[in-house]
Amino acid sequence: MNALTSQAPSSRQPISFALLAQVILIANSFIMLYPVVVMVLSAFKTTGEIFEHPFALPDFTQVGNFAKVLGETAMPTYFVNSILVTGTSVLLILVLGTMAGYAVARYESRTNTFILLFFLAGLMLPLKLAVIPLFILLRDLGLLDSRWSLIVTYTAIGLPSAVFIMAGFLRTLPSELEDAARIDGASEPRIMWSVMLPLARPPMAIAAIQNAVPIWNDFFFPLVFIQTDARKTLPQGLTTFMGEYTTDWGMLFAGLTIAAAPITLLYIALSRQFIQGMTAGAVK
Amino acid sequence: MLVSRKQAPSLKRQLWVAFLVVPPIVFMSLFVVYPILSAFAYAFYDWQGLARGEFVGLKNFKEVLFGATMAPVVWNAFLHNVYALIALMIIQNGGGFLLAWLLYKEPFGFRFHRIAVFVPVVLSTIIVGFLWKLFLNPNFGIINQALYSLGLDSWAKPWLGDSSTALGALILANAWHFVGFPTLVYLAGMQRIPPEIIEAARLDGTNEWQLLKNIVWPLVAPSTTILFTLLFIGAFNWFEIPYVMVGLDGSPFGTTDVLGLVFYRTAFGNQSASIQNFGMGSALATLLFLFIVVFASMLTLWLRRREIQF
Repeated sequence: MNALTSQAPSSRQPISFALLAQVILIANSFIMLYPVVVMVLSAFKTTGEIFEHPFALPDFTQVGNFAKVLGETAMPTYFVNSILVTGTSVLLILVLGTMAGYAVARYESRTNTFILLFFLAGLMLPLKLAVIPLFILLRDLGLLDSRWSLIVTYTAIGLPSAVFIMAGFLRTLPSELEDAARIDGASEPRIMWSVMLPLARPPMAIAAIQNAVPIWNDFFFPLVFIQTDARKTLPQGLTTFMGEYTTDWGMLFAGLTIAAAPITLLYIALSRQFIQGMTAGAVK
Repeated sequence: MLVSRKQAPSLKRQLWVAFLVVPPIVFMSLFVVYPILSAFAYAFYDWQGLARGEFVGLKNFKEVLFGATMAPVVWNAFLHNVYALIALMIIQNGGGFLLAWLLYKEPFGFRFHRIAVFVPVVLSTIIVGFLWKLFLNPNFGIINQALYSLGLDSWAKPWLGDSSTALGALILANAWHFVGFPTLVYLAGMQRIPPEIIEAARLDGTNEWQLLKNIVWPLVAPSTTILFTLLFIGAFNWFEIPYVMVGLDGSPFGTTDVLGLVFYRTAFGNQSASIQNFGMGSALATLLFLFIVVFASMLTLWLRRREIQF
Protein backbone atom coordinates (compact mmCIF):
# COMPACT_ATOMS: atom_id res chain seq x y z
CA MET A 1 0.00 0.00 0.00
CA ASN A 2 1.01 3.58 -0.06
CA ALA A 3 1.38 3.71 3.71
CA LEU A 4 5.15 3.40 3.51
CA THR A 5 5.52 6.19 1.04
CA SER A 6 3.23 8.58 2.84
CA GLN A 7 4.36 11.03 5.48
CA ALA A 8 5.34 10.05 9.01
CA PRO A 9 2.35 9.55 11.31
CA SER A 10 3.14 12.62 13.37
CA SER A 11 2.86 14.99 10.42
CA ARG A 12 -0.36 13.26 9.41
CA GLN A 13 -2.06 15.23 12.12
CA PRO A 14 -2.36 18.71 10.64
CA ILE A 15 -1.35 21.63 12.79
CA SER A 16 -4.77 23.21 12.27
CA PHE A 17 -6.40 20.22 13.95
CA ALA A 18 -4.28 20.60 17.06
CA LEU A 19 -5.13 24.29 17.11
CA LEU A 20 -8.85 23.59 16.79
CA ALA A 21 -8.57 21.05 19.62
CA GLN A 22 -6.91 23.66 21.85
CA VAL A 23 -9.60 26.23 21.06
CA ILE A 24 -12.38 23.77 21.91
CA LEU A 25 -10.70 22.65 25.13
CA ILE A 26 -10.05 26.20 26.30
CA ALA A 27 -13.60 27.26 25.42
CA ASN A 28 -14.97 24.25 27.29
CA SER A 29 -12.86 24.85 30.40
CA PHE A 30 -13.98 28.48 30.32
CA ILE A 31 -17.65 27.43 30.20
CA MET A 32 -17.04 24.97 33.05
CA LEU A 33 -15.24 27.43 35.33
CA TYR A 34 -16.60 30.88 34.51
CA PRO A 35 -20.02 30.37 36.17
CA VAL A 36 -18.23 29.26 39.34
CA VAL A 37 -15.97 32.32 39.15
CA VAL A 38 -18.94 34.68 38.69
CA MET A 39 -20.61 33.05 41.69
CA VAL A 40 -17.59 33.74 43.90
CA LEU A 41 -17.05 37.29 42.57
CA SER A 42 -20.73 38.18 43.03
CA ALA A 43 -20.57 37.02 46.65
CA PHE A 44 -18.27 39.99 47.37
CA LYS A 45 -20.71 42.48 45.81
CA THR A 46 -23.82 44.21 47.02
CA THR A 47 -27.01 43.44 45.16
CA GLY A 48 -26.82 46.86 43.48
CA GLU A 49 -23.31 46.18 42.24
CA ILE A 50 -24.34 42.77 40.86
CA PHE A 51 -27.19 44.36 38.88
CA GLU A 52 -25.12 47.32 37.65
CA HIS A 53 -21.79 45.65 36.92
CA PRO A 54 -22.33 41.89 36.67
CA PHE A 55 -18.93 41.18 35.10
CA ALA A 56 -16.75 43.63 37.06
CA LEU A 57 -14.21 42.55 39.65
CA PRO A 58 -15.42 43.23 43.19
CA ASP A 59 -13.71 44.81 46.16
CA PHE A 60 -12.45 41.65 47.87
CA THR A 61 -12.30 43.28 51.30
CA GLN A 62 -16.08 43.58 51.25
CA VAL A 63 -17.00 40.38 53.10
CA GLY A 64 -20.27 41.59 54.61
CA ASN A 65 -22.34 38.97 52.75
CA PHE A 66 -20.23 36.11 54.09
CA ALA A 67 -20.34 37.48 57.64
CA LYS A 68 -24.11 37.75 57.40
CA VAL A 69 -24.56 34.23 55.99
CA LEU A 70 -22.38 32.71 58.71
CA GLY A 71 -23.60 34.94 61.54
CA GLU A 72 -27.29 35.51 60.94
CA THR A 73 -28.57 32.47 59.08
CA ALA A 74 -28.90 28.78 59.92
CA MET A 75 -26.21 27.91 57.36
CA PRO A 76 -23.64 26.82 60.02
CA THR A 77 -26.25 24.42 61.45
CA TYR A 78 -26.93 22.93 58.00
CA PHE A 79 -23.21 22.56 57.56
CA VAL A 80 -22.74 20.63 60.83
CA ASN A 81 -25.71 18.39 59.94
CA SER A 82 -24.20 17.59 56.54
CA ILE A 83 -20.89 16.67 58.15
CA LEU A 84 -22.58 14.45 60.77
CA VAL A 85 -24.81 12.70 58.23
CA THR A 86 -22.12 12.21 55.59
CA GLY A 87 -19.46 11.14 58.10
CA THR A 88 -21.65 8.59 59.89
CA SER A 89 -23.07 7.16 56.66
CA VAL A 90 -19.65 6.68 55.08
CA LEU A 91 -18.32 5.09 58.27
CA LEU A 92 -21.24 2.65 58.38
CA ILE A 93 -20.89 1.86 54.68
CA LEU A 94 -17.18 1.09 55.14
CA VAL A 95 -17.70 -1.05 58.25
CA LEU A 96 -20.63 -3.09 56.88
CA GLY A 97 -19.21 -3.19 53.34
CA THR A 98 -15.84 -4.45 54.57
CA MET A 99 -17.47 -7.11 56.75
CA ALA A 100 -19.53 -8.57 53.91
CA GLY A 101 -16.77 -8.08 51.34
CA TYR A 102 -14.21 -9.80 53.57
CA ALA A 103 -16.47 -12.78 54.25
CA VAL A 104 -17.22 -13.28 50.56
CA ALA A 105 -13.63 -12.79 49.43
CA ARG A 106 -11.72 -14.75 52.07
CA TYR A 107 -13.93 -17.67 53.11
CA GLU A 108 -15.19 -20.28 50.71
CA SER A 109 -18.85 -20.93 51.17
CA ARG A 110 -21.78 -22.17 49.15
CA THR A 111 -23.74 -19.04 50.11
CA ASN A 112 -21.20 -16.62 48.60
CA THR A 113 -22.87 -16.49 45.19
CA PHE A 114 -26.21 -15.88 46.83
CA ILE A 115 -24.77 -13.06 48.96
CA LEU A 116 -23.16 -11.40 45.94
CA LEU A 117 -26.37 -11.64 43.90
CA PHE A 118 -28.25 -10.15 46.82
CA PHE A 119 -25.98 -7.10 46.87
CA LEU A 120 -25.92 -6.92 43.07
CA ALA A 121 -29.71 -6.50 43.12
CA GLY A 122 -29.27 -3.67 45.63
CA LEU A 123 -26.82 -2.02 43.26
CA MET A 124 -29.37 -1.91 40.44
CA LEU A 125 -32.54 -0.87 42.24
CA PRO A 126 -33.21 2.86 42.49
CA LEU A 127 -34.26 3.26 46.13
CA LYS A 128 -35.66 6.69 45.26
CA LEU A 129 -38.71 4.94 43.81
CA ALA A 130 -39.29 3.08 47.08
CA VAL A 131 -39.36 6.32 49.05
CA ILE A 132 -43.02 5.93 50.11
CA PRO A 133 -42.56 2.60 51.96
CA LEU A 134 -39.22 3.86 53.26
CA PHE A 135 -41.02 6.91 54.60
CA ILE A 136 -43.60 4.72 56.37
CA LEU A 137 -40.93 2.35 57.70
CA LEU A 138 -38.91 5.24 59.14
CA ARG A 139 -42.05 6.70 60.68
CA ASP A 140 -42.83 3.35 62.34
CA LEU A 141 -39.26 3.14 63.64
CA GLY A 142 -39.58 6.69 65.01
CA LEU A 143 -36.69 7.89 62.84
CA LEU A 144 -38.58 10.32 60.61
CA ASP A 145 -37.37 13.90 60.81
CA SER A 146 -34.07 12.79 62.38
CA ARG A 147 -30.55 12.61 60.98
CA TRP A 148 -30.70 8.81 61.37
CA SER A 149 -33.43 8.63 58.72
CA LEU A 150 -30.86 9.92 56.24
CA ILE A 151 -27.95 7.90 57.61
CA VAL A 152 -29.71 4.51 57.29
CA THR A 153 -31.01 5.39 53.81
CA TYR A 154 -27.60 6.46 52.50
CA THR A 155 -25.94 3.44 54.08
CA ALA A 156 -28.43 1.14 52.35
CA ILE A 157 -27.81 2.84 49.00
CA GLY A 158 -24.01 2.85 49.32
CA LEU A 159 -23.50 -0.58 50.86
CA PRO A 160 -23.72 -2.76 47.70
CA SER A 161 -21.02 -0.88 45.77
CA ALA A 162 -18.76 -0.92 48.84
CA VAL A 163 -19.19 -4.71 49.14
CA PHE A 164 -18.11 -5.13 45.51
CA ILE A 165 -15.16 -2.76 45.76
CA MET A 166 -13.91 -4.39 48.98
CA ALA A 167 -14.52 -7.98 47.85
CA GLY A 168 -12.85 -7.27 44.50
CA PHE A 169 -9.73 -6.00 46.21
CA LEU A 170 -9.56 -8.45 49.13
CA ARG A 171 -9.81 -11.37 46.72
CA THR A 172 -6.52 -10.32 45.12
CA LEU A 173 -4.52 -10.57 48.37
CA PRO A 174 -2.36 -13.76 48.51
CA SER A 175 -3.62 -16.43 50.90
CA GLU A 176 -0.04 -17.00 52.16
CA LEU A 177 -0.53 -13.90 54.30
CA GLU A 178 -3.42 -15.49 56.18
CA ASP A 179 -1.84 -18.93 56.33
CA ALA A 180 1.33 -17.58 57.88
CA ALA A 181 -0.64 -15.74 60.54
CA ARG A 182 -2.81 -18.81 61.14
CA ILE A 183 0.26 -21.01 61.71
CA ASP A 184 1.44 -18.41 64.21
CA GLY A 185 -1.84 -19.03 66.03
CA ALA A 186 -3.60 -15.78 65.22
CA SER A 187 -7.38 -15.85 65.53
CA GLU A 188 -9.62 -15.09 62.52
CA PRO A 189 -10.67 -11.61 63.74
CA ARG A 190 -7.04 -10.81 64.48
CA ILE A 191 -5.96 -11.88 60.95
CA MET A 192 -8.65 -9.68 59.43
CA TRP A 193 -7.90 -6.66 61.60
CA SER A 194 -4.10 -6.73 61.80
CA VAL A 195 -2.98 -8.53 58.65
CA MET A 196 -5.51 -7.96 55.87
CA LEU A 197 -7.27 -4.68 56.56
CA PRO A 198 -4.14 -2.52 56.81
CA LEU A 199 -3.50 -3.50 53.18
CA ALA A 200 -7.03 -2.50 52.12
CA ARG A 201 -6.79 1.24 52.64
CA PRO A 202 -6.76 2.21 48.91
CA PRO A 203 -10.11 0.53 48.06
CA MET A 204 -11.56 1.95 51.28
CA ALA A 205 -10.58 5.45 50.13
CA ILE A 206 -12.26 4.82 46.76
CA ALA A 207 -15.44 3.49 48.39
CA ALA A 208 -15.43 6.44 50.81
CA ILE A 209 -15.18 9.13 48.10
CA GLN A 210 -17.59 7.33 45.77
CA ASN A 211 -20.23 7.52 48.51
CA ALA A 212 -19.31 10.72 50.33
CA VAL A 213 -19.80 13.06 47.35
CA PRO A 214 -23.36 11.98 46.39
CA ILE A 215 -24.38 11.81 50.08
CA TRP A 216 -23.00 15.29 50.78
CA ASN A 217 -24.84 16.62 47.72
CA ASP A 218 -28.14 14.72 48.07
CA PHE A 219 -31.33 16.69 48.24
CA PHE A 220 -34.17 14.27 47.55
CA PHE A 221 -34.24 12.25 50.79
CA PRO A 222 -33.88 15.25 53.15
CA LEU A 223 -36.71 16.91 51.22
CA VAL A 224 -38.99 13.97 51.98
CA PHE A 225 -37.80 12.98 55.47
CA ILE A 226 -36.76 16.19 57.27
CA GLN A 227 -39.10 18.99 58.36
CA THR A 228 -37.33 20.61 61.31
CA ASP A 229 -35.02 23.40 60.23
CA ALA A 230 -32.36 22.49 62.82
CA ARG A 231 -31.89 19.03 61.23
CA LYS A 232 -31.67 20.06 57.58
CA THR A 233 -28.56 19.29 55.57
CA LEU A 234 -26.76 21.82 53.40
CA PRO A 235 -28.52 21.25 50.03
CA GLN A 236 -31.95 21.23 51.67
CA GLY A 237 -31.13 24.16 53.94
CA LEU A 238 -29.95 26.04 50.88
CA THR A 239 -33.47 25.92 49.41
CA THR A 240 -34.84 27.43 52.65
CA PHE A 241 -32.13 30.08 52.59
CA MET A 242 -32.69 30.91 48.91
CA GLY A 243 -36.39 31.30 49.63
CA GLU A 244 -35.75 33.75 52.48
CA TYR A 245 -33.37 36.08 50.65
CA THR A 246 -34.85 35.98 47.11
CA THR A 247 -34.17 39.63 46.39
CA ASP A 248 -30.80 39.98 48.11
CA TRP A 249 -28.56 38.61 45.36
CA GLY A 250 -25.35 39.36 47.24
CA MET A 251 -26.55 37.07 50.02
CA LEU A 252 -27.70 34.40 47.56
CA PHE A 253 -24.31 34.20 45.85
CA ALA A 254 -22.51 34.24 49.21
CA GLY A 255 -24.71 31.36 50.40
CA LEU A 256 -24.04 29.37 47.22
CA THR A 257 -20.31 30.08 47.47
CA ILE A 258 -20.14 28.94 51.10
CA ALA A 259 -22.13 25.81 50.26
CA ALA A 260 -19.90 24.98 47.29
CA ALA A 261 -16.56 25.86 48.89
CA PRO A 262 -15.73 22.78 51.01
CA ILE A 263 -16.26 20.15 48.33
CA THR A 264 -14.69 22.25 45.55
CA LEU A 265 -11.54 22.95 47.57
CA LEU A 266 -11.31 19.32 48.63
CA TYR A 267 -11.70 18.29 44.99
CA ILE A 268 -8.95 20.63 43.82
CA ALA A 269 -6.61 19.28 46.53
CA LEU A 270 -7.46 15.61 45.87
CA SER A 271 -8.59 15.67 42.23
CA ARG A 272 -6.99 12.33 41.35
CA GLN A 273 -8.72 10.48 44.20
CA PHE A 274 -12.04 12.26 43.51
CA ILE A 275 -12.01 11.37 39.83
CA GLN A 276 -10.98 7.79 40.55
CA GLY A 277 -13.60 7.40 43.28
CA MET A 278 -16.49 9.01 41.43
CA THR A 279 -15.92 7.12 38.19
CA ALA A 280 -15.13 3.84 40.01
CA GLY A 281 -18.50 2.32 39.15
CA ALA A 282 -18.17 3.08 35.45
CA VAL A 283 -14.47 2.41 34.79
CA LYS A 284 -13.13 -1.12 34.94
CA MET B 1 2.85 -32.10 54.64
CA LEU B 2 -0.18 -30.78 52.84
CA VAL B 3 -2.84 -29.30 54.99
CA SER B 4 -6.20 -30.57 53.84
CA ARG B 5 -8.35 -27.62 52.85
CA LYS B 6 -11.38 -29.86 52.55
CA GLN B 7 -11.92 -30.30 56.28
CA ALA B 8 -15.23 -28.94 57.50
CA PRO B 9 -14.89 -25.43 58.89
CA SER B 10 -15.03 -25.35 62.66
CA LEU B 11 -18.09 -24.03 64.42
CA LYS B 12 -16.03 -21.11 65.66
CA ARG B 13 -15.12 -20.21 62.06
CA GLN B 14 -18.75 -20.49 60.95
CA LEU B 15 -19.89 -18.20 63.74
CA TRP B 16 -17.23 -15.69 62.77
CA VAL B 17 -18.32 -15.68 59.12
CA ALA B 18 -21.93 -15.33 60.18
CA PHE B 19 -20.97 -12.39 62.38
CA LEU B 20 -19.45 -10.75 59.27
CA VAL B 21 -22.28 -11.33 56.80
CA VAL B 22 -25.44 -11.23 58.89
CA PRO B 23 -25.45 -7.51 59.90
CA PRO B 24 -24.98 -6.17 56.33
CA ILE B 25 -27.64 -8.55 54.98
CA VAL B 26 -30.15 -7.69 57.72
CA PHE B 27 -29.52 -4.00 57.11
CA MET B 28 -30.07 -4.34 53.35
CA SER B 29 -33.17 -6.49 53.84
CA LEU B 30 -34.75 -3.95 56.16
CA PHE B 31 -33.95 -0.76 54.27
CA VAL B 32 -33.85 -1.90 50.62
CA VAL B 33 -35.59 -5.24 50.02
CA TYR B 34 -38.53 -4.62 52.33
CA PRO B 35 -39.31 -1.07 51.04
CA ILE B 36 -39.05 -2.13 47.41
CA LEU B 37 -41.32 -5.13 47.87
CA SER B 38 -43.80 -3.01 49.85
CA ALA B 39 -43.74 -0.35 47.13
CA PHE B 40 -45.33 -2.90 44.78
CA ALA B 41 -47.88 -3.93 47.39
CA TYR B 42 -48.87 -0.38 48.35
CA ALA B 43 -49.92 0.37 44.79
CA PHE B 44 -52.82 -2.09 45.09
CA TYR B 45 -54.42 -0.31 48.06
CA ASP B 46 -56.49 2.76 48.61
CA TRP B 47 -54.81 5.28 50.92
CA GLN B 48 -56.26 7.96 53.18
CA GLY B 49 -53.27 10.12 53.94
CA LEU B 50 -50.80 7.90 55.76
CA ALA B 51 -53.35 5.19 56.55
CA ARG B 52 -53.77 2.20 54.28
CA GLY B 53 -57.36 1.52 53.21
CA GLU B 54 -58.84 -1.41 51.35
CA PHE B 55 -57.41 -3.52 48.53
CA VAL B 56 -58.45 -2.01 45.19
CA GLY B 57 -56.62 -4.19 42.69
CA LEU B 58 -55.41 -2.37 39.59
CA LYS B 59 -57.48 0.78 40.15
CA ASN B 60 -54.47 2.99 40.91
CA PHE B 61 -52.60 1.75 37.86
CA LYS B 62 -55.61 2.38 35.62
CA GLU B 63 -55.95 5.87 37.03
CA VAL B 64 -52.26 6.67 36.39
CA LEU B 65 -52.25 5.35 32.83
CA PHE B 66 -55.76 6.12 31.59
CA GLY B 67 -57.56 8.28 34.16
CA ALA B 68 -59.00 11.61 33.03
CA THR B 69 -57.04 13.74 35.52
CA MET B 70 -53.80 11.78 35.95
CA ALA B 71 -53.05 10.28 32.55
CA PRO B 72 -52.62 13.51 30.52
CA VAL B 73 -50.21 14.82 33.17
CA VAL B 74 -48.26 11.57 33.26
CA TRP B 75 -47.93 11.25 29.48
CA ASN B 76 -47.00 14.92 29.11
CA ALA B 77 -44.25 14.45 31.70
CA PHE B 78 -43.10 11.17 30.16
CA LEU B 79 -42.60 12.92 26.83
CA HIS B 80 -40.38 15.53 28.50
CA ASN B 81 -38.28 12.76 30.09
CA VAL B 82 -37.84 11.26 26.62
CA TYR B 83 -36.80 14.65 25.17
CA ALA B 84 -34.31 15.12 28.00
CA LEU B 85 -32.93 11.62 27.46
CA ILE B 86 -32.39 12.16 23.73
CA ALA B 87 -30.92 15.65 24.12
CA LEU B 88 -28.58 14.56 26.91
CA MET B 89 -27.47 11.48 24.94
CA ILE B 90 -26.26 13.85 22.25
CA ILE B 91 -25.01 16.83 24.26
CA GLN B 92 -23.77 15.18 27.43
CA ASN B 93 -22.58 11.75 26.29
CA GLY B 94 -21.70 12.79 22.73
CA GLY B 95 -19.97 15.95 23.94
CA GLY B 96 -18.16 13.90 26.57
CA PHE B 97 -16.90 11.48 23.91
CA LEU B 98 -15.49 14.29 21.76
CA LEU B 99 -13.90 16.07 24.73
CA ALA B 100 -12.36 12.77 25.82
CA TRP B 101 -10.85 12.30 22.38
CA LEU B 102 -9.29 15.77 22.50
CA LEU B 103 -7.93 15.07 25.99
CA TYR B 104 -6.70 11.60 24.98
CA LYS B 105 -3.94 13.17 22.88
CA GLU B 106 -2.66 14.87 26.02
CA PRO B 107 -2.40 18.33 24.47
CA PHE B 108 -0.89 21.36 26.17
CA GLY B 109 -2.77 22.05 29.42
CA PHE B 110 -4.11 18.47 29.55
CA ARG B 111 -4.04 18.25 33.37
CA PHE B 112 -5.79 21.59 33.79
CA HIS B 113 -8.58 20.80 31.30
CA ARG B 114 -9.12 17.38 32.86
CA ILE B 115 -9.61 18.90 36.32
CA ALA B 116 -11.73 21.81 35.00
CA VAL B 117 -14.26 19.66 33.17
CA PHE B 118 -15.00 17.72 36.37
CA VAL B 119 -15.49 20.75 38.69
CA PRO B 120 -19.27 21.04 38.13
CA VAL B 121 -19.67 17.27 38.65
CA VAL B 122 -18.64 17.49 42.32
CA LEU B 123 -21.09 20.32 43.06
CA SER B 124 -24.52 19.61 44.50
CA THR B 125 -27.33 19.66 41.93
CA ILE B 126 -29.06 22.18 44.19
CA ILE B 127 -26.14 24.61 43.87
CA VAL B 128 -26.01 24.10 40.11
CA GLY B 129 -29.76 24.61 39.77
CA PHE B 130 -29.86 27.81 41.82
CA LEU B 131 -26.76 29.19 40.11
CA TRP B 132 -28.27 28.77 36.65
CA LYS B 133 -31.63 30.04 37.84
CA LEU B 134 -29.92 33.28 38.87
CA PHE B 135 -27.90 33.44 35.63
CA LEU B 136 -31.06 32.93 33.55
CA ASN B 137 -33.03 35.62 35.40
CA PRO B 138 -34.75 37.78 32.75
CA ASN B 139 -33.61 41.14 34.15
CA PHE B 140 -30.41 40.67 36.09
CA GLY B 141 -29.04 37.27 35.03
CA ILE B 142 -25.64 37.31 33.35
CA ILE B 143 -26.95 35.57 30.21
CA ASN B 144 -29.29 38.41 29.29
CA GLN B 145 -26.85 41.02 30.66
CA ALA B 146 -24.20 39.64 28.29
CA LEU B 147 -26.63 39.75 25.36
CA TYR B 148 -27.54 43.38 26.17
CA SER B 149 -23.92 44.45 26.37
CA LEU B 150 -23.26 42.78 23.00
CA GLY B 151 -26.18 44.72 21.51
CA LEU B 152 -28.20 41.54 20.97
CA ASP B 153 -31.19 42.82 22.93
CA SER B 154 -33.65 40.98 20.74
CA TRP B 155 -32.09 37.63 21.71
CA ALA B 156 -32.70 38.20 25.42
CA LYS B 157 -35.58 36.13 26.79
CA PRO B 158 -37.13 35.13 30.08
CA TRP B 159 -35.49 31.74 29.48
CA LEU B 160 -37.20 29.84 32.28
CA GLY B 161 -40.53 31.65 31.89
CA ASP B 162 -40.89 31.03 28.17
CA SER B 163 -42.59 27.77 27.20
CA SER B 164 -40.36 27.34 24.17
CA THR B 165 -37.02 27.62 26.00
CA ALA B 166 -37.61 26.43 29.57
CA LEU B 167 -37.07 22.69 29.04
CA GLY B 168 -34.03 23.37 26.85
CA ALA B 169 -32.53 25.56 29.57
CA LEU B 170 -32.96 22.78 32.13
CA ILE B 171 -31.33 20.27 29.78
CA LEU B 172 -28.36 22.59 29.17
CA ALA B 173 -27.93 23.23 32.90
CA ASN B 174 -27.90 19.46 33.43
CA ALA B 175 -25.36 18.99 30.63
CA TRP B 176 -23.12 21.67 32.18
CA HIS B 177 -23.37 19.87 35.50
CA PHE B 178 -22.51 16.37 34.27
CA VAL B 179 -20.59 16.49 30.97
CA GLY B 180 -17.35 15.92 32.92
CA PHE B 181 -18.50 12.47 33.97
CA PRO B 182 -18.83 10.87 30.50
CA THR B 183 -15.70 12.79 29.45
CA LEU B 184 -13.51 11.14 32.06
CA VAL B 185 -15.14 7.72 31.76
CA TYR B 186 -14.56 7.78 27.98
CA LEU B 187 -11.02 9.06 28.53
CA ALA B 188 -10.30 6.08 30.79
CA GLY B 189 -11.84 3.80 28.15
CA MET B 190 -9.65 5.27 25.40
CA GLN B 191 -6.54 4.92 27.52
CA ARG B 192 -7.27 1.19 27.75
CA ILE B 193 -7.09 0.79 23.95
CA PRO B 194 -3.67 -0.67 23.11
CA PRO B 195 -1.77 2.26 21.53
CA GLU B 196 -0.46 -0.04 18.76
CA ILE B 197 -3.97 -0.29 17.31
CA ILE B 198 -4.28 3.46 16.89
CA GLU B 199 -0.69 3.76 15.67
CA ALA B 200 -1.29 1.04 13.08
CA ALA B 201 -4.44 2.74 11.83
CA ARG B 202 -2.56 6.01 11.50
CA LEU B 203 0.18 4.27 9.51
CA ASP B 204 -2.48 2.92 7.17
CA GLY B 205 -3.45 6.49 6.41
CA THR B 206 -6.76 6.50 8.27
CA ASN B 207 -8.06 10.03 8.70
CA GLU B 208 -9.21 11.46 12.00
CA TRP B 209 -12.92 10.90 11.35
CA GLN B 210 -12.48 7.29 10.20
CA LEU B 211 -10.21 6.61 13.18
CA LEU B 212 -12.87 7.88 15.57
CA LYS B 213 -15.76 6.13 13.86
CA ASN B 214 -14.19 2.79 12.96
CA ILE B 215 -11.57 2.26 15.67
CA VAL B 216 -12.10 4.35 18.79
CA TRP B 217 -15.92 4.32 19.03
CA PRO B 218 -16.22 0.50 18.74
CA LEU B 219 -13.34 -0.04 21.17
CA VAL B 220 -14.83 2.17 23.90
CA ALA B 221 -18.11 0.22 23.69
CA PRO B 222 -17.89 -0.91 27.35
CA SER B 223 -17.83 2.74 28.46
CA THR B 224 -20.75 3.51 26.14
CA THR B 225 -22.76 0.65 27.62
CA ILE B 226 -22.43 1.90 31.16
CA LEU B 227 -22.78 5.63 30.34
CA PHE B 228 -25.92 5.18 28.24
CA THR B 229 -27.49 2.92 30.85
CA LEU B 230 -26.71 5.37 33.66
CA LEU B 231 -28.08 8.27 31.62
CA PHE B 232 -31.23 6.31 30.84
CA ILE B 233 -31.83 5.65 34.55
CA GLY B 234 -30.93 9.26 35.40
CA ALA B 235 -33.19 10.81 32.76
CA PHE B 236 -36.26 8.94 34.02
CA ASN B 237 -35.41 9.77 37.64
CA TRP B 238 -34.85 13.44 36.76
CA PHE B 239 -36.01 15.59 39.68
CA GLU B 240 -33.57 18.01 41.34
CA ILE B 241 -32.79 20.41 38.46
CA PRO B 242 -36.47 20.90 37.46
CA TYR B 243 -37.53 21.16 41.13
CA VAL B 244 -35.03 23.91 41.88
CA MET B 245 -35.22 25.83 38.60
CA VAL B 246 -38.92 25.74 37.67
CA GLY B 247 -40.68 24.44 40.77
CA LEU B 248 -42.89 21.48 41.58
CA ASP B 249 -45.49 22.23 38.91
CA GLY B 250 -43.11 22.20 35.96
CA SER B 251 -43.93 25.77 35.02
CA PRO B 252 -44.62 27.46 32.68
CA PHE B 253 -47.87 25.56 32.04
CA GLY B 254 -46.37 22.12 32.60
CA THR B 255 -43.90 22.51 29.74
CA THR B 256 -41.07 21.32 31.98
CA ASP B 257 -43.05 18.76 33.95
CA VAL B 258 -41.22 15.43 34.35
CA LEU B 259 -42.20 12.14 35.98
CA GLY B 260 -40.09 12.83 39.08
CA LEU B 261 -42.10 16.00 39.77
CA VAL B 262 -45.42 14.25 39.08
CA PHE B 263 -44.45 11.46 41.46
CA TYR B 264 -43.46 13.90 44.21
CA ARG B 265 -46.63 15.98 43.80
CA THR B 266 -48.82 12.89 43.83
CA ALA B 267 -47.18 11.21 46.80
CA PHE B 268 -46.27 14.15 49.01
CA GLY B 269 -48.47 16.98 47.75
CA ASN B 270 -47.43 20.51 46.89
CA GLN B 271 -47.90 23.93 48.41
CA SER B 272 -51.10 24.80 46.56
CA ALA B 273 -52.88 21.49 47.06
CA SER B 274 -51.54 19.46 49.94
CA ILE B 275 -53.27 16.24 49.01
CA GLN B 276 -51.25 13.09 49.42
CA ASN B 277 -52.08 9.98 47.48
CA PHE B 278 -49.71 7.18 48.40
CA GLY B 279 -51.66 4.62 46.37
CA MET B 280 -51.40 6.51 43.10
CA GLY B 281 -47.83 7.58 43.94
CA SER B 282 -46.86 3.95 44.52
CA ALA B 283 -48.55 2.89 41.26
CA LEU B 284 -46.60 5.54 39.37
CA ALA B 285 -43.34 4.54 41.11
CA THR B 286 -43.99 0.86 40.33
CA LEU B 287 -44.67 1.55 36.66
CA LEU B 288 -41.60 3.76 36.40
CA PHE B 289 -39.54 1.15 38.18
CA LEU B 290 -40.66 -1.64 35.84
CA PHE B 291 -40.12 0.60 32.81
CA ILE B 292 -36.59 1.45 33.94
CA VAL B 293 -35.67 -2.14 34.84
CA VAL B 294 -37.03 -3.62 31.59
CA PHE B 295 -35.63 -0.99 29.23
CA ALA B 296 -32.33 -0.52 31.05
CA SER B 297 -31.74 -4.30 30.93
CA MET B 298 -32.63 -4.43 27.23
CA LEU B 299 -30.40 -1.45 26.54
CA THR B 300 -27.53 -3.02 28.46
CA LEU B 301 -27.87 -6.36 26.67
CA TRP B 302 -28.09 -4.68 23.27
CA LEU B 303 -25.07 -2.45 23.96
CA ARG B 304 -23.09 -5.37 25.41
CA ARG B 305 -23.36 -7.22 22.10
CA ARG B 306 -21.31 -4.55 20.35
CA GLU B 307 -18.48 -4.80 22.87
CA ILE B 308 -15.31 -6.33 21.48
CA GLN B 309 -12.80 -8.29 23.51
CA PHE B 310 -9.21 -7.19 23.07
